[in-house]
Amino acid sequence: MSQFAINLLFVGGSFLLYIGIAIWARAGSTSDFYVAGGGIHPITNGMAIGADWMSAASFISMAGLIAAGGYANSTFLMGWTGGYVLLAMLLAPYLRKFGKFTVPEFIGDRFYSNKARLVAVICLIVASLTYVIGQMAGAGVAFSRFLEVDSTTGLMIAAVVIFIYSVMGGMKGITYTQVAQYCVLIMAYTIPAVFISLELTGNPIPALGLFSTHIDSGLPILTKLNQVITDLGFNEYTADVDNKLNMVLFTLTLMIGTAGLPHVIIRFFTVPKVADARWSAGWALVFIALLYLTAPAVASMARLNLMTTIYPDGTAAAPIEYDNRPQWVRAWEVTGLITYEDKNEDGRIQLYNDVPSFEQEADARGWNGNEMVVNRDILVLANPEIANLPGWVIGLIAAGGLAAALSTAAGLLLAISSAVSHDLIKGSINPGITDKGELLAARISMAVAIVVATYLGANPPGFAAQVVALAFGIAAASLFPALMMGIFSKRVNNKGAIAGMLAGLAFTLTYIFVYKGWLFIPGTNNLADIPENWVFGISPLSIGAIGAVVNFTVAFGLSHATEEPPIEIQELVESVRYPRGAGEAQGH
Amino acid sequence: MSGHSDNAEQYWKANLRLIYGSLIIWALVSYGFGILLRPMLSGIAVGGTDLGFWFAQQGSILTFIVLIFFYAWRMNKIDEKFGVGEE
Repeated sequence: MSQFAINLLFVGGSFLLYIGIAIWARAGSTSDFYVAGGGIHPITNGMAIGADWMSAASFISMAGLIAAGGYANSTFLMGWTGGYVLLAMLLAPYLRKFGKFTVPEFIGDRFYSNKARLVAVICLIVASLTYVIGQMAGAGVAFSRFLEVDSTTGLMIAAVVIFIYSVMGGMKGITYTQVAQYCVLIMAYTIPAVFISLELTGNPIPALGLFSTHIDSGLPILTKLNQVITDLGFNEYTADVDNKLNMVLFTLTLMIGTAGLPHVIIRFFTVPKVADARWSAGWALVFIALLYLTAPAVASMARLNLMTTIYPDGTAAAPIEYDNRPQWVRAWEVTGLITYEDKNEDGRIQLYNDVPSFEQEADARGWNGNEMVVNRDILVLANPEIANLPGWVIGLIAAGGLAAALSTAAGLLLAISSAVSHDLIKGSINPGITDKGELLAARISMAVAIVVATYLGANPPGFAAQVVALAFGIAAASLFPALMMGIFSKRVNNKGAIAGMLAGLAFTLTYIFVYKGWLFIPGTNNLADIPENWVFGISPLSIGAIGAVVNFTVAFGLSHATEEPPIEIQELVESVRYPRGAGEAQGH
Repeated sequence: MSGHSDNAEQYWKANLRLIYGSLIIWALVSYGFGILLRPMLSGIAVGGTDLGFWFAQQGSILTFIVLIFFYAWRMNKIDEKFGVGEE
C-alpha cells in the first residue's frame, strides 16, 4: 500500500469515527448544546479539555519552538500548564456553581451590567476568532502535506467535518468527539517519540530519555546536544537566559491567559458538580502532561537527530553531500518548508549558525553562509520519517495533527456561537426567544462562525503569526481579572469592572500595536520590535501580565471611590463561593 | 443564622488559606526553581544539565498536577467539615 493510501485510511477512518459519534450524541436542547446537559464525568471532561486545549500550536509547533530555543522556550511548557492550577483554584469551581451557560453571562450578572457583558462578548470573540484562524491554517498544512490536496481544498474538507459534528451535536457532540480526538492525537505524538527515545537512549519513556545517556557517545544526551550545536556556532541548548524579567512575565501571561480563555472555561460547565470541576482540572492536566512531558524530549532528540543526519561523521568532519540527503528532506523540500542553497558550491549541506562570532571558523572551513533552512513547524510531522519509522506511524501523525487542529477549532467555535446566540441574541436582542428558537439561533451562529473561520484560514491576514500574543494578551488582561474579582471581591462594582477591563485591554493592545503595527498593519508600528526598544526589556508578547495588573488596579481604585454593589449582588458572590445548592445559599 | 454565616466565613477562610499555600508552591517551582533561582541550583546535576532546567521542562508540570489533586481532595474534606458540600 502506498503512503498516500495509508494516510488516507488513517485520516478518513478518524473522520468517520467523529461523524459517527456526532450522530450518536445529537443535541436536543440548549442545555445539551451549550453544556452537554451538564452530565459529563470529570475524567471524560478532563480528556475533552486536553483535546480542546492542545491545538495545532501544541501538537505541531511547540516541540519545534523548544528545539530552536532550548531552555529559553521552557516558558511554553510552564505557561500552558500552570494556568490549570489557577483554573482549579480561582475560577472553575465557582463558575460551575454559578451554573449558567457562558462566560460573558457571569460577567454581566455579577457586575449587573449589560455593558460589562458586551465588553466580555467582544473580548471573547476577538480572542477566539484570532485563535481559530491558526487552527484552520494548521489543518490546511497537514492536509496539503499528507493528502496531497491543496490547502484550500483541505480546509473545506475540515470545515465540513467540523460543521457536521458541532452544528448537530453542539457541546455534547464536541465533547465526545474531543475524547476520540484526544486518543488519536496522544498516540500520534507519543508513539514516534518512544521509538526515537529507544533508538537514542535505550529508554522507552521519552521524558526519562531526555535525562539519560546517549548510546552512541556515552554522554548524557543534553551534554551531547550542547556539544554538537556549540561546535556549529549555536547557543548551548541548556544555556540560562539573561532577561529573566521578560521570561517570568511571558510565562505569567501564558498562565493567566490560559485560565482566562473562554473555550477552556466553558468546558467546566459540563460536569454535574462543583467538586467535579476541581477534579476535572486535575485530570485535564494529567492528559495534557502526557504530551507536554514528551514534547521537550521530542525537541532535543529531533534536534540532535537532525544534526547527526547532516553531520554523520561528527561536526569536525565534512557535512553530508546534497545528493545523498535522506528521503524525508526531499519530501519536505517539495512543500518549501526545507530550503537549500549551495552557497560555496561544494555540493554539501552546511547547516550552522551564521553569526559574527563563528565567522572565523566558517571561513577557515571554506563555508560561505548557512545553506539549509528547516522550518521549525515540520519537526513533529517529520519525526517518524527522520527516525525511519514504518508508514502507518506517518499516517497516524497526519490523523493526530488534524485531530489537534479540529478539536480546538470546534471548542473555539462553540464559545463564539454561544456568545452570539446566548449573550447577544437572547441576552440583548430578543430575550423572549424560546428554547427551540435559541437552539436554532445557536446552530446558525455556529454555521456562520465556521464559514468566517474557514475564509480567514484560507486567506490568513498578515497578522496570523501574531495571534498568540493577541489572544493571550486579551484573555490575560481583560477576562481573567474580571472573572477573578467577580468571585474573590464583593466590593468591585459595575463601574470598576468595566473600567478595569477596558483599561487592561487598551494598555495591552497599545503596547502590542506600538511594536507590531496598529491592527497589525505592516509599517504602522512606532518602534521596531527589537529587545533594545522594549520598556524594561518586556516584549509585547509578555505584556498581558502587566495589563492584568492595570485591570486589577483600575477596578479596585474606581470601585472603592464609588458605591458598593447592591446587596443582592453581594449575596450572589456569597453563593458562588459555597458548593451547596444555589437556592439554599440565596435564602440567607 | 449568624451561626451559619460564621461557619460560611470560616469555610471561605479555610479555602483561601489552602489557595495561598498552593499558589506559593506553584510560583516557587515555576518562577522560582525554573527561572529566577536556577543559577542557585546549578550545582545540582540532573542528566547532563541542572535541577533548574529539569524544573522548567518537567518538574513544574508534575508539581502542578500534584497541587490540583491535593487541592481537590482537601477541598472535599473542607466542604464536608463545614457542611457546605453538595448532596
